[in-house]
Amino acid sequence: MQAIVNIVLKDGVLDPQGRAISHSLNDLGFSEVSDVRVGKQILLEIDENDPARLRQRVARMCETLLANTVIENYSIVVADEK
Amino acid sequence: MTLSALRVAIIVFPGSNCDRDIMVAIEQLTSRRPALVWHKEASLEAADLVIIPGGFSFGDYLRCGALAGRSPIMNAVLDHAARGGAVMGICNGFQVLTETGMVPGVLIRNAELKFACRNVRLQVCKTLASPFTSKLAINKNLTLPIAHNEGNYFAEPGELDQLEGEGQIAFRYTDSSIIGKANPNGAARDIAGVISRNGRVIGMMPHPERAMSDLHGGSDGAYFLLKSLEALVS
Repeated sequence: MQAIVNIVLKDGVLDPQGRAISHSLNDLGFSEVSDVRVGKQILLEIDENDPARLRQRVARMCETLLANTVIENYSIVVADEK
Repeated sequence: MTLSALRVAIIVFPGSNCDRDIMVAIEQLTSRRPALVWHKEASLEAADLVIIPGGFSFGDYLRCGALAGRSPIMNAVLDHAARGGAVMGICNGFQVLTETGMVPGVLIRNAELKFACRNVRLQVCKTLASPFTSKLAINKNLTLPIAHNEGNYFAEPGELDQLEGEGQIAFRYTDSSIIGKANPNGAARDIAGVISRNGRVIGMMPHPERAMSDLHGGSDGAYFLLKSLEALVS
């Protein structure tokens, strides 16, 4: 099964990259953009058929390595979950 | 114990690039060559000081220090620290230490999105008992080089208050008429280095091993390292 992990900076953590992108968008005429936050997406192919178990394992991976929970929040999407 | 009896181990990751520099620096001060320990090793010979050097471990993939922080050797380093062993993380080494939780906080992208490579003026802060500051005069200024893209120290305001209250801030960036604007990276409360709660682990962005003689443009790094080593043998 495939799991998708989305990682975003927590509110209150400065995102200088997002700020630079926001300025560029404003300069390009997209004046409606007031804030940009840049995150990352990690796609995992995993040998596991049980969505609940998969979700649990991926959460462990996030806590252990994939996210730094001091500054980042993560969310998990199980792609094949019906 | 004399300085030449001091056993120093330097951890080497793929992408470390200050491992040899700090080895030469320590040998210059102690006349004893530190051990270089590859990150795949699962155990660590007894050491009086473990150093995590600067560089770009694992190409800074995922987050700076994230993959190095989970290398096999780091379990041994964590055990060493849990026994009260001394650990020094410099630059990428500081990032690795934050990723393991051995020192608090995180180092995020420099506020101005530029790689910062210059000398900075540091102020030595009053800290809890620690071999890394005990022989330094409080408020003394040190000039050391920095070279990093992610040195912007971040922690929640409550945690920053606690670090200040407990004396866990070792160095702050401070203004200098020669060097100019103090804070090079946006670090919260100008923090350049922090110490663990037991005083035995330090993480710092500046590179003492790059300021070992006048030929380097200054020897404040030698001064800082020597005072730390002297405190560890006394």
